[in-house]
Amino acid sequence: MALLQTEGLVAHYGDFQALFGVDIELREAETVAIIGANGAGKTTLMRSIAGVLRNEAASVSFNGAPIGAQAADEIMAQGVAMVPEGRKLFPSLSVEENLLIGTYGRKTEGHWTLKTVYELFPILAERRHNPGTALSGGQQQMVAIGRALMSNPRVLLCDEISLGLAPVVIKDIYKAIPQIKAAGASMIVVEQDIAQAMAVADRVYCMMEGRVTLSGTPDNLSRDDIHNAYFGASH
Amino acid sequence: MIWVDTIIQGILLGGLYALFASGLSLVFGIMRLVNLAHGDLIVMGAYLILVLVTLLGLSPFIAVFIAMPLMFALGWVLQKYLLNRTLGDDILPPLLVTFGLSIALQNALLEGFSADSQRLPTNALTTASVEAGPITLGVMPLLTFASAVLVIIGLNQLFYRTELGRAFRATSDDATTASLMGIKPANIFATATGIALVIVTIAALYLGLRANFDPNIGPARLIYAFEAVIIGGLGSLWGTLLGGIIIGVAQTVGAAINPEWQILAGHIAFLVVLLIRPRGLFPRAND
Repeated sequence: MALLQTEGLVAHYGDFQALFGVDIELREAETVAIIGANGAGKTTLMRSIAGVLRNEAASVSFNGAPIGAQAADEIMAQGVAMVPEGRKLFPSLSVEENLLIGTYGRKTEGHWTLKTVYELFPILAERRHNPGTALSGGQQQMVAIGRALMSNPRVLLCDEISLGLAPVVIKDIYKAIPQIKAAGASMIVVEQDIAQAMAVADRVYCMMEGRVTLSGTPDNLSRDDIHNAYFGASH
Repeated sequence: MIWVDTIIQGILLGGLYALFASGLSLVFGIMRLVNLAHGDLIVMGAYLILVLVTLLGLSPFIAVFIAMPLMFALGWVLQKYLLNRTLGDDILPPLLVTFGLSIALQNALLEGFSADSQRLPTNALTTASVEAGPITLGVMPLLTFASAVLVIIGLNQLFYRTELGRAFRATSDDATTASLMGIKPANIFATATGIALVIVTIAALYLGLRANFDPNIGPARLIYAFEAVIIGGLGSLWGTLLGGIIIGVAQTVGAAINPEWQILAGHIAFLVVLLIRPRGLFPRAND
C-alpha cells in the first residue's frame, strides 16, 4: 500500500488551474523524484500535499487516511515535513532556533535531534548562533533540510533543493540523502536537475503543464522518453 | 534642581506610556496589526478592576491578578474569532474593524458605567513618596516605571528564551512557512493578543490608580501608546520604553514651562523624532 498518494489532484490559483488530476504514489522507504520544466506544477503539487493549498479530502491520502482538506500544521503533525522551495528560513531566528522550530509543540522520538543534524551538516554546528539568513545559500539549504528533519518525519518533501546553488554545493547536499533515507524517511524530491534526480530516486514522475506525462524507474526510462515528457515534443 | 526633578518625573511618567504601548508593540510586532481599540481596552481593563474591587472588596493590586486571566481570555477570543479574519495583504480591514470595536467599546462602557469619572480606590501606598536627596519621588510613579521595565524584560525573555517566543518570531517572519513547521498561526496570533491584554490590564491598574478615567479617554491613551511605539521603532520593545520616556519627559518639561503645553509638547516631540528618524529610533532590520 502506498504511504502517501494523490488521486485526481487538482489545484487552482484563482481562475488559473495549475494541476489537472495528478496521480502519484510514494511507498514506504522509497524516494520518488518529480522532474519537469519551470511551470510544470511541481511546486504546486508539493504545496498541495503539504496542505499549503487545500484540496478535496480524498485527493491526498497519507497512511490510508484522507488528508487533502487538512491544514499544513495538521499534516506536519502526522509526519509529513517539507523543505520549501527557496529555503524560507526565518530571518529573526538563529540557525539553531530555525532547527528547533521544527520540533515546535511536540516531543518527537526518532533519529533526528540537534546532535544528529549537526553530525549530518557539521558546518551548521559552527554557525549555530548566526542568523539563519546570514549563511551561504548551500548552508541555508542545509538548515532548511535539518529543520524539516527535526520533526522526525515519515515523509520528507524536498522542493528544488538544488535551485540556485553551485554544483559542488549541490553535491554536498545530495550526499546527505542516503543518510536521511537510512534513518527511515520516505522522500519526494522535486528537481529540475534530471541527472541528480535519477541518481537518488527509486522512481521518477515527469510533469508538464500540470499533468504527469511519464513515470517509471530510472533504469527503464530512456533519455528520449524523458526529453519528450519534459518538453512535450520529440526532437 | 527643579529641572532635574521635572525630567525624573517625566521619565517615570514614560513608564506609564510604555505600559500603554507595550501591548500595542507586541501585537504590531507579531502580526502587523494596528489595534485602534487598544486605548479603549485599557479603559475597559480599568473598569473590570473597578468592578472586581467593588464586588469582592479587594485591593486593586489583588484584583488585577483576577482581571489578567479574564483579559487574556478576552484577547484570545477577540483575535481568534474576529481580528484573525481581518488579517491579510490589505491593511484596511483590521483598521476598520478595530476602529469599530473602539466605538462599540466606548458606547458599551458608557451604557454600563455612565460618563461619570471613576477612580480606583487609593490607599496609603498610592499617595506615599520617598525622598531621594533633594528630590521627592511618588511611590506610584516608581511602581509604574518598575512594572514597565519588568513587563519589557518579561516580554524579551518570552521572545528570546522560550519555544513560544520562537514561534512568535517565526510566525511574524512568515506565517505560511511557520504552518509547515506545525505551528498554527491563528493560535499564535490569539495567544499574542491575549498576552497584550494582560499587559493592558497592568496598564489599566496604574491608569486607574493615578488619575480619573471615564469611557471616553481611550483614544487619547491610544495616541500616546502609538507615539511611543513609533518613536521606538515598530516592534522594538526597549524602543517602546524609550519612546514612552521621550513623550513623558517632553510632557513634564512642557508643563513646567506652561501647564497648557503639557500634551502638545509630547506630540511635538513625537513629530520631531519622526522628522529626524522616520522609522523610529530602533527599527527592525526586516520591517
